[in-house]
Amino acid sequence: MFEWVISIFESFPMGLQTTILILLKIVAIMIPLILCVAYLTFAERKVIGYMQLRLGPNRVGPRGLLQPIADTVKLMFKEIIIPTGSNKYLFIISPVLSIAPALAVWAVIPFDDGMVLADINAGLLYVLAITSIGVYGVIIAGWASNSKYALLGAMRIGAQIVAYEIAMGFALVGVLMAAGSLNLGDIVRGQSGSIFHWYWLPLFPLFIIYFVSGVAETNRAPFDVAEGESEIVAGFHVEYSGMAFAVFFLAEYINMILIAILASVMFLGGWLSPFEGILPETVFDIPVLGMLLGPGIHWLLLKTSFFLFCYLWFRATFPRYRYDQIMRLGWKVFIPITIVWLLVVGLLILGEVPPWWDAA
Amino acid sequence: MGVEKIIFYIVALIMVSSATMVITVRNPIQAALFLVLTFFASAIIWMLLEAEFLAIVLVLVYVGAVMVLFLFVVMMLDINVDRLREGFTRYLPIGVVVAVAMVGMLITVVGSDNFGLDKIAEPERHLADYNNTKALGSELYTKYVYPFEIAAVILLVAIVAAIALTMRRRDNTKYQKPEDQISVKREDRVRMVNMPTEKKK
Repeated sequence: MFEWVISIFESFPMGLQTTILILLKIVAIMIPLILCVAYLTFAERKVIGYMQLRLGPNRVGPRGLLQPIADTVKLMFKEIIIPTGSNKYLFIISPVLSIAPALAVWAVIPFDDGMVLADINAGLLYVLAITSIGVYGVIIAGWASNSKYALLGAMRIGAQIVAYEIAMGFALVGVLMAAGSLNLGDIVRGQSGSIFHWYWLPLFPLFIIYFVSGVAETNRAPFDVAEGESEIVAGFHVEYSGMAFAVFFLAEYINMILIAILASVMFLGGWLSPFEGILPETVFDIPVLGMLLGPGIHWLLLKTSFFLFCYLWFRATFPRYRYDQIMRLGWKVFIPITIVWLLVVGLLILGEVPPWWDAA
Repeated sequence: MGVEKIIFYIVALIMVSSATMVITVRNPIQAALFLVLTFFASAIIWMLLEAEFLAIVLVLVYVGAVMVLFLFVVMMLDINVDRLREGFTRYLPIGVVVAVAMVGMLITVVGSDNFGLDKIAEPERHLADYNNTKALGSELYTKYVYPFEIAAVILLVAIVAAIALTMRRRDNTKYQKPEDQISVKREDRVRMVNMPTEKKK
């Protein structure tokens, strides 16, 4: 059966073969990602429910497990209403503009050693550049809706994203200095050794700033003033309904997962196992246990889930920031700290401080 | 090479047509968005030239930051399109002079006298492990370190000057001091009063 498929595949010209392979890889990343988003919304409602002593969704399917499917079906069958006086083309294009960059970034994420769609040199820069395009979707949505609440929301999020992008960029410069490479796979390989070799320890302030800026970038609580339902209804997507709204929602959750996975790749050693360097080498040769304890994609997923849980935890815990305080935190607190810590990292590298920089 | 050429022509077509749209479209927001598209298309062309660092930085800086702020300003301004078109005939002669001067300068630089495969050799293709970012970085920080640093200082001076020129402090503005707000104690805000309970009659 499989030989038959392979023989047909090999009869194709070389260019077509690569194209098919790349498309298959894209599908292999996309489908789990969309499923993750669906069940992240479910997890969010459940986790926050339990934190607030409620049950959360528990009616659709066993223990409410089919709730995200029901939500998707509902959103698909809703009518998309285009407001009068809105700019039709931009109104329809903007959800696409917000989801396309969110998906495009996943091309350079390394899931395991060599398990990456595009292993490019400037991976980190690519991530920064593509995520910075995502803001257009939001700004254009706010403007094209021809609604004052939407415009206010777009204004807020535009300024917020530009402000926090700078702090985030500086945090990434720290990672780049520590690893000496822009390739995300090399960044993970640079952290191998033990749990203390991971960059969370020497770059601790940058690690915290990166994740908090990530929460602000994805416009999640406590930085979700762009939605601010108590003041401006729902911000930039007030006028959107049905699938057009769902696409914005999807983009937001994909960006959340992206920030979580990037934080684990850059600061928590990606696919590396925390038992490396602690347990003796022979443990990793035991058939099943060794696979579980050794490095692998499951560690990356665990670390990512931890950050995603933090997102939900923050949302259930902190009250929303006031807008001027968000700006103060971004410009006056985060950026100075990152600049100071870049100097510290430079000195640590110059001093060849073990265990991170003594080997080179 | 075939695929590369096709990509180049498609992207160049997008770039030229969107650059034309920037100056012909009526709505200023749409003009700004077409400018974004132009930047993006030129980034792809740079990528075809193996200048990956410059291409990504073009997207990061111009598309991701500069144009967002641009769009912001244009969105906030209430621009009257009719008034913008009023002085067309009055400014036409100056416009023509500027356009002719620019085309003339472009022709002297990239005209057939100074530009072409016989004048400048075709850049050689690099292998897959060629790292454009690293190559650019080592050039900038060794050979061109002084020009690079002087440019950085000039930019910094410009930033400081721009802020100093436009910032004005008013005496009656009320500022909040977050550090004072954070360090507030219960005693500063709440006074516990001990009152005797009222007796039932």
